[in-house]
Amino acid sequence: MDYGHSEPSIPLALKILVAGGFGVGKTTLVGSVSEVRPLHTEEVLTTAGIGTDDVLGIESKRTTTVAMDFGRITINDDLQVYLFGTPGQERFWFVWDELAFGALGAVVLADTRRLADCFPSVDYFERRRIPFVVGVNRFDGARRFTPDAVRQALDLDPNVPVVSCDVRDRQSGKHVLVALVEHVAAKRGHPVPTR
Amino acid sequence: MPTNGSGLPHHDWLDDDAGPVVRPYTVTGGRVRPVTGGFDLLAFVLAAPGATRAPEAAQLQPEHRAILALAREPISVAEIAAGLDLVVGVVRVLLGDLLASGLIALHEPSAMAHLPDDDILQAVVNGLRAL
Ligand SMILES: Nc1nc2c(ncn2[C@@H]2O[C@H](COP(=O)(O)OP(=O)(O)O)[C@@H](O)[C@H]2O)c(=O)[nH]1
Ligand SMILES: [Mg+2]
Repeated sequence: MDYGHSEPSIPLALKILVAGGFGVGKTTLVGSVSEVRPLHTEEVLTTAGIGTDDVLGIESKRTTTVAMDFGRITINDDLQVYLFGTPGQERFWFVWDELAFGALGAVVLADTRRLADCFPSVDYFERRRIPFVVGVNRFDGARRFTPDAVRQALDLDPNVPVVSCDVRDRQSGKHVLVALVEHVAAKRGHPVPTR
Repeated sequence: MPTNGSGLPHHDWLDDDAGPVVRPYTVTGGRVRPVTGGFDLLAFVLAAPGATRAPEAAQLQPEHRAILALAREPISVAEIAAGLDLVVGVVRVLLGDLLASGLIALHEPSAMAHLPDDDILQAVVNGLRAL
C-alpha cells in the first residue's frame, strides 16, 4: 500500500524499567513523571502455552494475567522515553526478559525497612549488565540510611549511583531518572556535562 | 489441589499481581502467535491511508478496526494494548493479521533506540531537567 510522502515520522522510543519489591513505589514513580496517566498493559501467563500455537482446549484456569504499568515522557517530536514498571513478582521472568530487551537502563527502588526485597532486581540487572541506579525511597517512619550504607548492604559496585528520593514528588522522580541517564552516559566513557 | 473461595483450583503463582483468571484469547480464535511480525512493545504501528475502507478490511473484526483507528498516528504496541484493554499477546496476533493484509506499517525499534548515542542521551537529560 502506498504511504505517499506525508507519512508521520516515527519517534525514537527509549525504554527505562522501574523495578523493586512490592509496595516500594514503582507505580507511584511511573505516575509522577509520566505526561499521561499511568497506562496498564497485561500479558498472559499460560503455563501450558509455552511451545504451543493454540490455546483452545487449554483450560482457562491455566492462564493468569500479569500487569505492567507504563508511562511516557515526550522529550521532543522525535524522542520519547517510556517507563515500564516491572511486575513485582520476580517469577514472571518471561515478562521481565521482554521488558529488559533493548532497555536503556533501570531504576531499582529500595525501601530501607525491607532492603532485601530489591535483591532479586539488583541481581537481575547486574547479571544482564543492564545499567541501573538505586533509588532509596523515603518512607515515613523509616530510618534514614546514608547512600553508602545502602550501597554496602546491597553489595553494589562502587560506580552504581544510589539516590535518595520521594517518588511521590515529580522533581524527585525526575532527579532519579536524570541520575540513571547520566550513569548510562558515564558507563560509555562520555559523561554528560552537568549544566 | 486446594481450591480458593471461587471454587477454582488455587495455584501458588496466583497472587496480587495476577488478575482474574481469564480467557483473553477468544478474540483471536485461540491463536497465540501472530502470522507475521515481531511486535516489540515499543514497535510503532501506523495504519495505511484509507485502511478501514480497503477491500482487505472487509473481513476485519471490531478489534482490528479499533487498532486501525488508534494507528492513524504512529502508536506503540504497548499503548495499543493499554488503549483497547487487550492483553499484549492478543494485540500481537491482531497486528499480525493487519500486517499480513498490508493494512498497517510496522516500525520495530531501531538499533539507535537500543544503543542511543551521546547526543541522544544529552537530549534526554536536558528534556528531563526541563520537565
Ligand atoms: N511515604 C512515602 N510513601 C510512598 C512513597 N512512594 C510510594 N509511597 C506509597 O506507597 C504505596 C505503594 O506504592 P506503589 O507505587 O503502589 O508501589 P508498587 O507496588 O511498587 O507499584 C502507595 O500508597 C504510595 O502512595 C514515598 O516515597 N514515601
Ligand atoms: Mg505497582
